[in-house]
Amino acid sequence: MKARLILADGTCYEGLSFGHPGEAIGEVVFHTALCGYQEILTDPSYHFQLVAMTYPQIGNYGVNPRDFESRRIYAAGFIIRELSPIVSHWQANRSLDEYLRHHGVPGIHDIDTRALTRRLRDHGAQMGMITTSNAPLSALLARLRAGKTLVGRDIVQEVTTAAPYRWPLGEGEAEESPPARRRFRVAVYDYGVKFSILRSLQRSGCALEVFPATTPPEEILARNPDGVFLSNGPGDPEPVGYAVQAVRKLLGRKPLFGICLGHQILGLALGGRTRKLKFGHHGANHPVQYLPTGAIEITSQNHGFIVDLDSLPGDEVEITHINLNDQTLEGFRHKRLSAFSVQYHPESAPGPHDSQYLFDHFIQEMERFHA
Amino acid sequence: MPKRKDIKRILVIGSGPIVIGQACEFDYSGTQACRALKQEGFRVILVNSNPATIMTDPEFSDRTYIEPLHAEAIARIIEQERPDALLPTLGGQTSLNLAVELAEQGVLEEYGVELIGARLETIRLAEDRERFRNAMLEIGLQVPAGEVVRSLEQALAAAERIGFPLIIRPSFTLGGIGGSVVYNREEFPAAARWGLSASPVGEVLIEQSVLGWKEYELEVMRDQADNFVIVCSIENFDPMGIHTGDSITVAPAQTLTDVELQNMRDAAKQIIRRVGVETGGANIQFALNRDTGRMVVIEMNPRVSRSSALASKATGFPIAKIAAKLAVGYRLDEIPNDITRKTPASFEPAIDYVVVKIPRWDFEKFPGNDRRLTSQMKSVGEAMAIGRTFKEALNKALRSLENGWSGFHAREEASITRLSRTALLDDLRSGTPDRILKLWQALTLGIPPQELCRLTGIDVWFLENLRQLVEFEGAITREYAERSTLRAATLRRAKRMGFSDRHLGLLLGKRETEIRAMRKAAGVLPAYKIVDTCAAEFESFTPYYYSTYDEENESHPSARRKVIILGGGPNRIGQGIEFDYCCVHGTFALKELGFEAIMVNCNPETVSTDYDVADKLYFEPLTYEDVLNVIELEKPEGVILQFGGQTPLKLAVALEKAGVPIWGTSPDSTDLAEDRDRFGALLDELDIAHPQYATAVSVEEAVAAAQHIGFPLMVRPSYVLGGRAMEIVYDPTALETYMQQAVRASEEHPVLLDRFLEDAYEFDVDALSDGEDTAIVGLMQHIEEAGVHSGDSMAVLPPYLLSREQREDILEATRAIAARLKVKGLLNIQFAILYDTLYVLEVNPRASRTVPFVSKATGIPVAKYAVRLMAGERLAAMNLRVPAEPPYVAVKESVFPFDRFERADIFLRPEMRSTGEVMGIAETFGNAVMKAFEATGIRIATGGRVFLSVNDNDKARIVPIAENLHKLGYALVATHGTAETLASRGIPVQPVLKVSEGRPNVVDDIKNGAIQLIINTPLGHRARQDEYAIGWAAIKYRVPFITTLSAAEAIVRGLRAKGKHPIEYRCLQEFHRLL
Repeated sequence: MKARLILADGTCYEGLSFGHPGEAIGEVVFHTALCGYQEILTDPSYHFQLVAMTYPQIGNYGVNPRDFESRRIYAAGFIIRELSPIVSHWQANRSLDEYLRHHGVPGIHDIDTRALTRRLRDHGAQMGMITTSNAPLSALLARLRAGKTLVGRDIVQEVTTAAPYRWPLGEGEAEESPPARRRFRVAVYDYGVKFSILRSLQRSGCALEVFPATTPPEEILARNPDGVFLSNGPGDPEPVGYAVQAVRKLLGRKPLFGICLGHQILGLALGGRTRKLKFGHHGANHPVQYLPTGAIEITSQNHGFIVDLDSLPGDEVEITHINLNDQTLEGFRHKRLSAFSVQYHPESAPGPHDSQYLFDHFIQEMERFHA
Repeated sequence: MPKRKDIKRILVIGSGPIVIGQACEFDYSGTQACRALKQEGFRVILVNSNPATIMTDPEFSDRTYIEPLHAEAIARIIEQERPDALLPTLGGQTSLNLAVELAEQGVLEEYGVELIGARLETIRLAEDRERFRNAMLEIGLQVPAGEVVRSLEQALAAAERIGFPLIIRPSFTLGGIGGSVVYNREEFPAAARWGLSASPVGEVLIEQSVLGWKEYELEVMRDQADNFVIVCSIENFDPMGIHTGDSITVAPAQTLTDVELQNMRDAAKQIIRRVGVETGGANIQFALNRDTGRMVVIEMNPRVSRSSALASKATGFPIAKIAAKLAVGYRLDEIPNDITRKTPASFEPAIDYVVVKIPRWDFEKFPGNDRRLTSQMKSVGEAMAIGRTFKEALNKALRSLENGWSGFHAREEASITRLSRTALLDDLRSGTPDRILKLWQALTLGIPPQELCRLTGIDVWFLENLRQLVEFEGAITREYAERSTLRAATLRRAKRMGFSDRHLGLLLGKRETEIRAMRKAAGVLPAYKIVDTCAAEFESFTPYYYSTYDEENESHPSARRKVIILGGGPNRIGQGIEFDYCCVHGTFALKELGFEAIMVNCNPETVSTDYDVADKLYFEPLTYEDVLNVIELEKPEGVILQFGGQTPLKLAVALEKAGVPIWGTSPDSTDLAEDRDRFGALLDELDIAHPQYATAVSVEEAVAAAQHIGFPLMVRPSYVLGGRAMEIVYDPTALETYMQQAVRASEEHPVLLDRFLEDAYEFDVDALSDGEDTAIVGLMQHIEEAGVHSGDSMAVLPPYLLSREQREDILEATRAIAARLKVKGLLNIQFAILYDTLYVLEVNPRASRTVPFVSKATGIPVAKYAVRLMAGERLAAMNLRVPAEPPYVAVKESVFPFDRFERADIFLRPEMRSTGEVMGIAETFGNAVMKAFEATGIRIATGGRVFLSVNDNDKARIVPIAENLHKLGYALVATHGTAETLASRGIPVQPVLKVSEGRPNVVDDIKNGAIQLIINTPLGHRARQDEYAIGWAAIKYRVPFITTLSAAEAIVRGLRAKGKHPIEYRCLQEFHRLL
């Protein structure tokens, strides 16, 4: 079946449909990782986004029962160059095509994804539509342009958990060899958390309780956790004011560690400013320098917004991480209070495991705080 | 940390002659390194014995030594040059082994030379298989079960413990030489002995076989601050059991989940840290069980490798250049990425295409050998292709090979399509050079990918992609049968899958040009995409392109005056690095003249395919279709065909017909030189002698012609390079056999018969001409007499046996021929002199294999001048000064791959079989010869025993040789006949039995180490078995083996000279100053 990818600027790419036939609208972003599509699709941060993979051969190893970042596909649609004709992997239990169909997510393949990437790079990320409809372009475009965008909207509430839960969830999610002792109890603010973050925290020795994004800070403090983790999540951080407020109240009272959206929320809570990048960072190859040692990590990234480097109060905040590609802010820590965060994804998935030390830093923060 | 200030002079060791397993990828890496180091302001001292390399051009280093690569020579050079550091990681295994040797001998310490790029301990740990295994286990990684052994007894015991099948891997070798896969007890002892003797330290690893497991490689880099990146992952199409160099490989890995890829990356990081590569690149191999995901570490190379070259070309990340910079102190984040300019080198390339590399073999030159692929590499070259999908890249790579293949099908390979189903399935079990086409045949027979996977170990993902190609062939023929035309959409889809016009032509019964016209009419045109290391995330500034049938074209021709150079394609015996050398020089010359230089080539090992050599690089197959596509887009002022060997010349006529402006000598002149009849008439007209010749398309014609011309005859198929299937026949029976068996002559492919000038002296001439004036830039004499292919024989510049009159005759004839052919650019002529008559044997109006040798020997950048001539400059205006007689002698000697083949014919023939060359340069002929021999790896002991066995014709000539050897202090042993001759002249000699005469015989002596040099000229058919037994024993036990008397005479001169004048090592810059 034919399908079209239409961008808000009027560009139209004709390709073939896969997954669920129908329509999907979202912000179109490109991702440069060579594999890891299963993790990407199930990452709640991609809520309301149409993800285009720059690597052309996708679906080769199918979908397996292990590499999930959540319980469903959050990406609104998937854009690739060639859908694998076959699944070849010992762990796979279904194909990418079946998986998208099962979750009702439209995909489009056989389009010039490099041309799309170059357009997004030059003209910026924009809203787009994948559709199998035969309606005239003008009508579809009108509808696309009339629709909502990412900016200024709180979409965290669309992905956060409805009720608190404990991690590990059960047999299926338990680590093969859990640490002998869970030394710290950590409350996780779920703005759209990835399982890999929970797994990493768990591996570092944390027992986790995951809370809805709107949970009042008092409720968290009442549980008296050893630390609070601010998760990743989709969209624009600015409208998520309740989270910023909550973090302000927690600052100094509990050690805080934020990743991605959690980092932006911490940044806003400290008086920083966020802004939207032209086309964001979505990939698994971004070099980040850890300033205290000068060491370079190859990082997994997925964000469309950043905290402005110069917006943070210099007397209170120390910049710890910088992106070497574009010199943007990748991490900071509070000079006095126990709070730090990174813009990128130390839990990787997909991507290199260079940054796992940050989870240990969190443990050390909690140790120091409680000493 | 920035650049180190405490080192100023750096010694770089190259990899020496091109051999199987170590080819021109080390010219690419060495050239990048020398350039980078010079740019950083270091004084670079280079040693490499291979004159055909770009890196040995005097401008790439400050002191360029074309000298033998042995510790003695390098120690002397160190003593002279006093470098502060030695960088051994860019010259392959050769350079690494030499570094270890120099360190162990205390030379580095004595002169205060620091090893940079890899520490001694690192090299030892990575190369010592036992220590490496233990280190892996220590850091918690898995390795296949295995034991390191140093004797046959230990090996047998280990094999019993490990079980069959198993793999034998010798330590410290290159290209897996001496390695094998052993399936049973019976085969084991011979294989183990072979491995033990191949290892320079007499050590092999007996390893549990992980045959059929998936094989991966990671190309990694690390700096001194422990920053670590993976440049590229590579998945082998062929599973474990076939050497990576012999495998079809695909980048990036296709069938790994991110979890698996990252686990592999974590392992790589642990390994490189444990082994201790601190500043540079490394390559790590893994095997993965397809049913369980179990991963084991196979090996690691702590240096730049063949795979690094591939990874560099596949990603645009210049591994060698960055490795050199890391070695002198930089950190990855201090080195900018040339391609994006804005981002640092401390990142992992993201690629948005698929790369396929396919090796190329020359088994047909070594008949009688098993064509099965094993853990010992046998390929001589490779082609790489880039496409947006695996299907497209595979099809492009297949047609890049120049095997006569036009894509994934065996429609023109009757040897495959005629195979019975049983034979086919049987063949598929083992890797062979044509297994990929046998897979096509199997798929057309409906054998499912799953079954083929079980049979071959090739991942079903690859096989299913192949099946879809076969399926689409069916769809195309059906649609054409129904509609008598193809819809544009179908045509487009076929092109998106990589189908060539020629392949489509075969399916539709049309000519390639008709398909091209049809395709263009339908608007189905290629787009060119950029290789940019970042999947378009950042703007790129590097003009490195590949074609695909996607929508957006990113290659926008400039308004500049531009010229395209067509490269030489995959290396093969007869066409190798020498032609890439010419292409690179051509490119530099075009840039100097102000043209935009555009390169088209598909060989990832080369310097010409480095993104910063030409102004624009198209990594494309060198076929009519792909080349013309580039030409039609770029609309160049000229296209240069004369540098890339036979590859571009084959396209000359078709391109000219398509209206392409061809620079240099006209295709008609090229044809004139190739066409026996036309050319014979031309020589007659110029009153230049040539051997009588004839062409024949049948046995009868050949026999009749032979009667007219007379025997002996040199016979060969027309239009070949490197003397493929060329032979000398002495009688009608041999001629008939040749016509029937060796070649299948036809109207289109006649056989050429030439009178063979036995005992003539041969000369090679390289000349430059503007169509009127001609300058001879190189005049070389072959040491071996006529009958040995010029590419295989030793050549000397200047000639040592040539009268003034003869020289004048050669100059005269060259001028006359050049003028008559209106040569513009380069011209190569082979002459023979017999009884004072000068004959022309062959004329090639193009760059020859000897151009780099001549350039190094004379200091004249020959190919650059050729470009200026092609651009219209007059020779007279160029101020070209050719030294009449250099005050030194340069000798070119060839190296052969006989040690790779069980049953190689070790006697030199008219068919070229050498893979590479070395140069010896010295004040005297004797010293130059000795250096050349040493550079090929032949070290002649200063004493010991020499074995002599020569045919009756050679009996008289052997006497002075034997006499000299005796005087030099060697003991002589000889077979019965030869011994009698020598004894009768009063030369002390000890007789020894031939193999057929009983035991102990000469082969026993060789095996016992009782013979240090063998001089054996072929005795004819009867003695063959004996001679082969001697030859093979010599190869296995590494005893120098000389098969012509001329070479023996040269060696004797060398040995005598060595006694009189100690060998001195001087750099090229100094030699050239003498001119």
